[in-house]
Amino acid sequence: MLLLTLILIPFIGCFIAALLPVNARNREAWLAAAVALIGLIIIGIQFPHINNGEVLRYQLDWMPEYGLNLVLRMDGLAWLFSMLIIGIFLLVVLYARYYMSPEDPVPRFFSFLLAFMGSMLGVVLSGNLIQLVLFWELTSLSSFLLIGYWHHRAEARRGARMAFTVTATGGLCLLAGVLMLGHIIGSYDLDVVLNSGEVLREHAWYLPTLILIALGALTKSAQFPFHFWLPHAMAAPTPVSAYLHSATMVKAGIFLLMRLWPVLSGTPEWTWIIGGAGVCTLLIGSFIAIFQHDLKGLLAYSTISHLGLITALLGIGTPLAMVAAIFHTLNHATFKASLFMAVGIIDHESGTRDMRKLRGLSKLMPHTATLAIVASAAMAGVPFLNGFLSKEMFFAEALLVGSNSNWWMPLAAVTMGVFSVAYSLRFIYVFFGKPATDLPKTPHEPPRWMRFPVEVLVVFCLIVGIIPGLSVGPVLHNGVQAVLGEQTPYYSLALWHGFNVPLLMSFIALGGGVLLYAVLRTRFNLTHRDQVPLLYRFNGKQAYESTMLELRSGASRLERLLGTRRLQPQLVLMVSVCLAAAVVTAWSAPQVWAAIEPSKPHIPFSVLWLVGCACAIAGAWQAKYHRLASLSLVGGAGLVVCLTFLWLSAPDLALTQLMVETVTTVLILLGLRWLPPRILSIEQDRAENRRARVRRSRDFVLAVLAGLGMAAISYLVLTLPAGSGIGGFFLERALSEGGGSNVVNVLLVDFRGFDTMGEIAVLGIVALTVYGLLRRFRPAAESMSLPAQQTNLVDPAAQQTPTEQAESGYLMVPGVYLRLLLPMILVCSLYFFMRGHNLPGGGFVAGLVFSVGIIIQYMLAGTVWVESRLHLQPHRWLALGLIIAVVTGLGALVAGYPFLTSHTAHFTLPVLGELHMPSAFFFDLGVFCVVVGATMLILTALAHQSIRSHRLPLAAMEAADAADAAGKEKN
Amino acid sequence: MEAVIAIAIGVLFASGVWLILRPRTFQVIIGLLLISYAVNMFIFIMGRLTVNKPPLTLKEPIEAGLFADPVTQALVLTAIVIGFATTALYLVLLLTSRGLTGTDHVDGKEPRQ
Repeated sequence: MLLLTLILIPFIGCFIAALLPVNARNREAWLAAAVALIGLIIIGIQFPHINNGEVLRYQLDWMPEYGLNLVLRMDGLAWLFSMLIIGIFLLVVLYARYYMSPEDPVPRFFSFLLAFMGSMLGVVLSGNLIQLVLFWELTSLSSFLLIGYWHHRAEARRGARMAFTVTATGGLCLLAGVLMLGHIIGSYDLDVVLNSGEVLREHAWYLPTLILIALGALTKSAQFPFHFWLPHAMAAPTPVSAYLHSATMVKAGIFLLMRLWPVLSGTPEWTWIIGGAGVCTLLIGSFIAIFQHDLKGLLAYSTISHLGLITALLGIGTPLAMVAAIFHTLNHATFKASLFMAVGIIDHESGTRDMRKLRGLSKLMPHTATLAIVASAAMAGVPFLNGFLSKEMFFAEALLVGSNSNWWMPLAAVTMGVFSVAYSLRFIYVFFGKPATDLPKTPHEPPRWMRFPVEVLVVFCLIVGIIPGLSVGPVLHNGVQAVLGEQTPYYSLALWHGFNVPLLMSFIALGGGVLLYAVLRTRFNLTHRDQVPLLYRFNGKQAYESTMLELRSGASRLERLLGTRRLQPQLVLMVSVCLAAAVVTAWSAPQVWAAIEPSKPHIPFSVLWLVGCACAIAGAWQAKYHRLASLSLVGGAGLVVCLTFLWLSAPDLALTQLMVETVTTVLILLGLRWLPPRILSIEQDRAENRRARVRRSRDFVLAVLAGLGMAAISYLVLTLPAGSGIGGFFLERALSEGGGSNVVNVLLVDFRGFDTMGEIAVLGIVALTVYGLLRRFRPAAESMSLPAQQTNLVDPAAQQTPTEQAESGYLMVPGVYLRLLLPMILVCSLYFFMRGHNLPGGGFVAGLVFSVGIIIQYMLAGTVWVESRLHLQPHRWLALGLIIAVVTGLGALVAGYPFLTSHTAHFTLPVLGELHMPSAFFFDLGVFCVVVGATMLILTALAHQSIRSHRLPLAAMEAADAADAAGKEKN
Repeated sequence: MEAVIAIAIGVLFASGVWLILRPRTFQVIIGLLLISYAVNMFIFIMGRLTVNKPPLTLKEPIEAGLFADPVTQALVLTAIVIGFATTALYLVLLLTSRGLTGTDHVDGKEPRQ
């Protein structure tokens, strides 16, 4: 449980930090420090357990059958890393409080930093490999945000993007590798995985798994050839660099290699891949570092080289090398964090990081200078400092690689030592000499507490360097034990091991480094070189940029080749794929087609469908040039469908189809007015071009094939005997349990009430969408004016307003007639609604009938006339309907039944006699209201478009009328 | 009767497919109407063809063979209503697109000649 708290508090802190005011530097720092302190306490009290060799575990099952659980696991290694992560976080927070300027939006900074720390803790504490990858990607994401913190700077954006691309791509490789590993071993649980090394190493997939996991680790730890992102990530604020590139982000890759060391290591492939990358990196990194002019750049390449050192140690693969690797991880974190902070102080106080300008800082800021010199001595591997010890161990291990005759590895190690002494000298040179006078600011000592974190870390370097066994001995031992278990070798952390070869190598490195630096400075004009000798040709950044460019252009070429924004090719493709799928399916089951037998001809039905098919084809034929004709013809086909439903024992369907047909036709009629005229004659269009003809022929073939396929499948289904289905179930229970004899209606409002609920919700949403779209509707300019028919002076109706037409004009007779019919239509609607549960009818049909009744009033009397007399508010109908339906459903919940369970009540009323009142009746009422509301909303929204253009003059006229009337009354 | 229904579905579907492959929005809306007829009928005939046996359980006894299949009918009923809603939505979209782009081509711009 404590482990869960440990993981959760940084993320909780992250949210709180994000919500604080922009300038709350102190509060943010206190919050982050409090989180870190709680974390330290939690980790601290676990120490006795860890020291006893226990492994703490916390498991929260998520999908146990797939092996996906939240597992938190803390052993010695995880303890060591968590301590490092939180400890340095605390120092960085203190430092950042003074480093960040008041103009920087600090909530963002501390929030990202906390999120990053949480992700790092997640990586080291994960007991499940998938979970580890998840946190791994979270570290990539949060480091992206941190590196790009000053997003107004182009270099920060570029550096962040580069770091993210490289590490997240590595993360994807890692995920693939982990999935393969889980597949080989059969579990993602770390405890199981750590005990299955043999299984994995003997599996045929070992090499690909290793390569994928190594790609993940090497990209994260900035190993050759992926090291180029790290120097560019230096665009981040210095506290971020100090944290990410000393103790955390780049150490995640190292951690992963250590974590999986028992499983993956011990093969030649491991040594070649990991060791090879490590050696290349340590040489290249230390060499390039000498030629940097930016202090942070120097530290960045030095970091790369030290990470290469650790990776090389891991690649060597002996237990003692593992001890050295863990020890150096710890040491590097301390001296590199303090160096980054010192550089941040120099930058902050002097305004530049350019080593060509900085001089004599020890006179201006003596304390900081002393601290930085001690730390860089640790980096160079000077005795009595922690860097010396682990580098000594590295030399000892390098000697053991290969045989006595193979001197390549010790040579590489000493060369790297020489280089690192040289760049350390380059670094401390800024503190000596005559103080520079041309700096942007006059440097002076930083605030007391800004220096404090550096002091703590440097003191740590000294303590570890002088009394290693007493200070970090137990912690290191726990970490080593966690990785190596029974293989833990004997090792001694003492400062003095007598005169031996590694000591000699150390002194060669020191002497050689001083010599190299002197030679470079005097002979090669080091301070004015802009290019790194030899290696400037291998520009990782250039390779990265050109790869990204290639990818982008390749993707757009591929998109141009394979994608289209045009609808027609997409539809052609869709229809073709459907056809192909149908053909393949039909081909694979040929015996089914044997079941087909000829059906008996039915003359009236055939005649009916002769009309229907003719309507459909003619409608399709006319849709381009004669929209009104096409619409009427398709309506004819719809009516034939409606008659077919009636014929084939589906009265409810027939009713609904009829009403929907009516409403749809009215709807499209209303829309026709806004479509552009199509005056091109068919002959002209046909002659237009050959390509169009080819396209038409292709579409025609596709359409015919689709139709044939559909007909064939339909016929096949009809000749096959019906399966048992679930129809019988509903037939039997409709009356006894649903309380109605119209099974279709009972199905809709009772058995499948929840579906219907969803459906009416969709109706409501569509209606509101239509309304919303039309509110901002801007018709095309040429369809704004009145159509020719309405302005033709021959027609007397053209000079009348719609209101006059309805009240005294040519529409008066049908208008009065329909006004008379309105109550009858409403009664009819009520009738269909009431009988719906037992006979054809129901909420849908009744609602549509009701709407049609209103709509014909609109059509004949005009929108203005109807709306001045009838205040129908479709929004309210919609809301009311949905509320009634939901409340009916909730009623069942109150009574203790599942949502929408129906209940029938029996009343005896004086005149009407006995009444059955199922609760589904109220649900159906809700359906009715929604259908009325939706239909009316859609149709009236569309109808209003026609009067919009006339609205302005009309409103002005009415206002004038009103003014006149008022004037008359006064007189 | 089976053959007639099958041919009818085929013709409706073919006309619809032809229309949705056309370039003008109005053609597409008519095509969708025709396809929805065909598909509704197709779902409907999954309950097979029954004449004069509406699923109204007014008379006893209640056995599956005496009535048409109510399940496909219920499915088609909701499909018809939803079809109306989508037609309305599509119509408004095509009108808005016409207003915004000035053309009734499905891609919002006239094809290059």
